[in-house]
Amino acid sequence: MSGFLSLPMAELSIWLALPIALLLVIGGLITFIGALGLLRLPNFYQRIHGPAVFITVGTGCFLIASMLYFSGTLERPVVHELLITAFVLLTAPVVSMMIMRAAVYRDLRARRKASDDQTDAYQFPEDE
Amino acid sequence: MTGLMLTAALGFALLCVMLALIFCGIRLLLGPTAQDRVLALDSLWMAAMLFILLLGIRFSSVVYFEAALVIALTGFVSSIALAKFLIRGEIIE
Amino acid sequence: MRRWLPTPLISLSLLGLWLMLNQTLHPAHLLLGAVIAIAIPLLVAPLRPTPVRVSRPLTVIRLTISSLIEILRSCFNVCTLILFRSRGLNTQFIRIPLDLRDPHGLAVLACIINSTPGTVWVEIIPGTNDLALHVFDLHDANWWVNMIKTKLEQPLIEIFEQEKA
Repeated sequence: MSGFLSLPMAELSIWLALPIALLLVIGGLITFIGALGLLRLPNFYQRIHGPAVFITVGTGCFLIASMLYFSGTLERPVVHELLITAFVLLTAPVVSMMIMRAAVYRDLRARRKASDDQTDAYQFPEDE
Repeated sequence: MTGLMLTAALGFALLCVMLALIFCGIRLLLGPTAQDRVLALDSLWMAAMLFILLLGIRFSSVVYFEAALVIALTGFVSSIALAKFLIRGEIIE
Repeated sequence: MRRWLPTPLISLSLLGLWLMLNQTLHPAHLLLGAVIAIAIPLLVAPLRPTPVRVSRPLTVIRLTISSLIEILRSCFNVCTLILFRSRGLNTQFIRIPLDLRDPHGLAVLACIINSTPGTVWVEIIPGTNDLALHVFDLHDANWWVNMIKTKLEQPLIEIFEQEKA
């Protein structure tokens, strides 16, 4: 662990190092807050909003920081992190929509089983 | 000087992501419903991807990028499959 | 030209993806990427039933910037809500009547709404054209309806349904 921490990072110019450090700190805080939301919010429909925070914004911060860092150290523009950005931006919404829909259908099904009415009209899961 | 600043910021970010991984793991174990677990597993994938990305910066190696890309891909496919199973999987209604 | 490059945008992004994956601008990779960029759209063309026409690039840029700002703003809001007011949140489902019919436009709308922290798209309610939306902390349903209809839906109608706009 001490070797891990004392391993020297490359010396970059201050105008590159400052935004990288800032982005890393902001991304870390956002990731922490998002996961905290996942842990301590009281019900599922609130919890689903916790990870959404860090999946979009936290990932964006870290990827920009990584792009800046490698462009600085390798002294050529490194843009392949944009692939992960594009991929996450395309897929994360689909995943959250599918999980939300699974939760809604399961709740509807549980309620229908409990109240035993065969209505097919759509109702929001929290409507009573 | 800037190296020290970067090391400190990176250590902080790694700590935060590690805590996020632990929180997601706790939620994965606690449940209480199946959709909670799927959501926690999906966030766990994403946090693990971020962790590997940060390790790539830490060791100044571009190789970690491919690992992060593969984790993002497999995480997407497995989360979609699990969510789809939750929608259609219960045969007896 | 039309026959070999039916979808220039997709071909261009495939070429970009190939070059980014290999991290090079070497002529051999350019050639290989060009072959992939021409072959793959032709091979998958039968899988895409409805062709998509994108118009008004200026509106696309404006929509991208405004939704990025919206994402950052609501990220900040959701973070403060999680940290300081996690009890007693007014979490609600709301209904939003949509005018947008184009499936590609709806897909983009779903992506933007789900990428924005604090809102999750549930589904288009069967039989109607209403969107069921889940909001993290609802203070005013009309504000959300207005925001989505003017800021997101209107530009998407302009982009994807140009004959109607």
